[in-house]
Amino acid sequence: MLGGEELWIAVRLTLTLASTATIVLLIVGTPIAWWLARSKVRWKEAVAAVVALPLVLPPTVLGFYLLIALGPNGPGGWIGGLFGLRSLAFTFEALVIGSVLYSLPFAVQPIRTAFEAFGDRPLEVAATLRASPWDAFWSVAVPLARPGFMTGAVLAFAHTVGEFGVVLMIGGNIPGQTKVLSIAIYDYVESLQWAQAHVLAGGMLVFSFVVILSMMVLEKRIARPGI
Amino acid sequence: MNRPDPTITARYAGVLGRFELDVAFESPLRGITALFGPSGCGKTTILRCMAGLTRLPGRLVIGGEVWQDHATGQFREPYRRPVGYVFQEASLFPHLSVRGNLLYGRRRALKMGAAEHIRLDDVVDLLGIASLLDRATGALSGGERQRVALGRALLAQPRLLLMDEPLSALDRMTKEDILPYFEAIHASLAIPMLYVSHDIAEIERLADHMVLLEAGRVVAAGPLADLLGDSRLPIARSPEASTVLEGRIAAFDPNDEITALAIDGETLLVPNRVGEAGTTQRVRIVATNVSLAVDRPSLTTILNIVPVRITDIHPLDHGQVNVLVTIGHRDGGSKLLARVTRRAQRVLSLCPGQDVYAQIKAVSLIARASSSA
Repeated sequence: MLGGEELWIAVRLTLTLASTATIVLLIVGTPIAWWLARSKVRWKEAVAAVVALPLVLPPTVLGFYLLIALGPNGPGGWIGGLFGLRSLAFTFEALVIGSVLYSLPFAVQPIRTAFEAFGDRPLEVAATLRASPWDAFWSVAVPLARPGFMTGAVLAFAHTVGEFGVVLMIGGNIPGQTKVLSIAIYDYVESLQWAQAHVLAGGMLVFSFVVILSMMVLEKRIARPGI
Repeated sequence: MNRPDPTITARYAGVLGRFELDVAFESPLRGITALFGPSGCGKTTILRCMAGLTRLPGRLVIGGEVWQDHATGQFREPYRRPVGYVFQEASLFPHLSVRGNLLYGRRRALKMGAAEHIRLDDVVDLLGIASLLDRATGALSGGERQRVALGRALLAQPRLLLMDEPLSALDRMTKEDILPYFEAIHASLAIPMLYVSHDIAEIERLADHMVLLEAGRVVAAGPLADLLGDSRLPIARSPEASTVLEGRIAAFDPNDEITALAIDGETLLVPNRVGEAGTTQRVRIVATNVSLAVDRPSLTTILNIVPVRITDIHPLDHGQVNVLVTIGHRDGGSKLLARVTRRAQRVLSLCPGQDVYAQIKAVSLIARASSSA
């Protein structure tokens, strides 16, 4: 096969990274989305703006700050020191951290919108039916917001697969560790290996199409009157 | 030893946005208590406070249990209050089937140690929803949805039902279809109910007790019959003023197709067969359909002539007076309101304490699920 081993290592790494980041994003993003949807404090929009920052921030800027934070003199280096590492930069973990921050708005926004869409009523009903707030969250809020979770997960996954700038800044180009698809394509083009670049680029094209299509189908299902 | 009757004691005073609520009332923890008043008078807010969904400074004691006490900072969380709440819109959970909705509160109530007084089968029978159980909620009609919401609230094994205008979102026909279910609950399940409504007809039909509200204040509270006959209140002064009487069916005459209703030892005749002998029925009598005579009239087409005692006379505008009488030539009978002219009152020199006869031109039966009380 074209490119052989090396190409599939990049694909596998990318999928592992995107899955890990998506899971972390759902765990971290859900409480943030819940708080943004339900809190009555005034400054919550400031928090929302911070979460949304990666939408407009150049990825290289985010990557630059992350590099400093994860480097030997930043908190990342300190944490890395606990595990006998000089820094967290240029590791798979660094990529996960970077991806989570960079894709945060893509996961949080749809989940927040879904939480806001059903309003207070279902939770009030649950409370009058003896459900504690924790119980109501799992038995009412999460099932009602399911389309938002699916959209958030798909977007976060796809966005992580496609990222380039942040990875370039904090990940470098270590095969099997930080050399993801987008970096690999760049590498192949740089070294004039057009055939391999074609395989990866074509694959990404198909992948992106499937993502967008499934998103649209999902949204149709959200719009379907259920209430 | 007689324990005092369990009661609901509620007091709330606070500001919500631009709305100021300052209410205090007490009502028995049995039967149906109506919270009645125009839109925006605070009825719904009171109900939400009682369920714990809205928090205003105040105090709420239900049958001796303190659910909220501002003075001590006590506040029982909504999910720890054994209430059943029916909202204006059914608000069914769209991700659960009808059965899933019905069982949602039941499972949790039982887990929290509630005894199962009300069983799924009973509720399904009572509300006629057996055929809906496995359906999705999206496919139900408005009336069906509200019935399921009612069943869901009942299965949470409540000690108190809170109903927030449960019929207001329904059209008139559906409303008529649903009312009997509320009456059936009243008749067959001994759950006290607080019923919010701005429709006096609904209240005359359902309520035993009433709290009258206006602009965030309690205007009056007491047994329904007392308030309907109280001429100081706007409802008794309105042209549609009426009183309700409760009586037991004594007999039905198939030849004349007329039913005799025994009320306080007197008899009222109501057209048609209205129920089984021995059952209790409620009738509504419009004040303008009641006239008074000093002597018992002998030749008249009016069938219902009952001895009454005048208890109160209250002048109104446009040369009219409200005369409040009680059934029977004695004290303590049921209250009946008569609307007569000031001229007639003067000519007959009617005065409180006098024994006269009431001629009732029309008695309308309020269809009410019979209970052999």
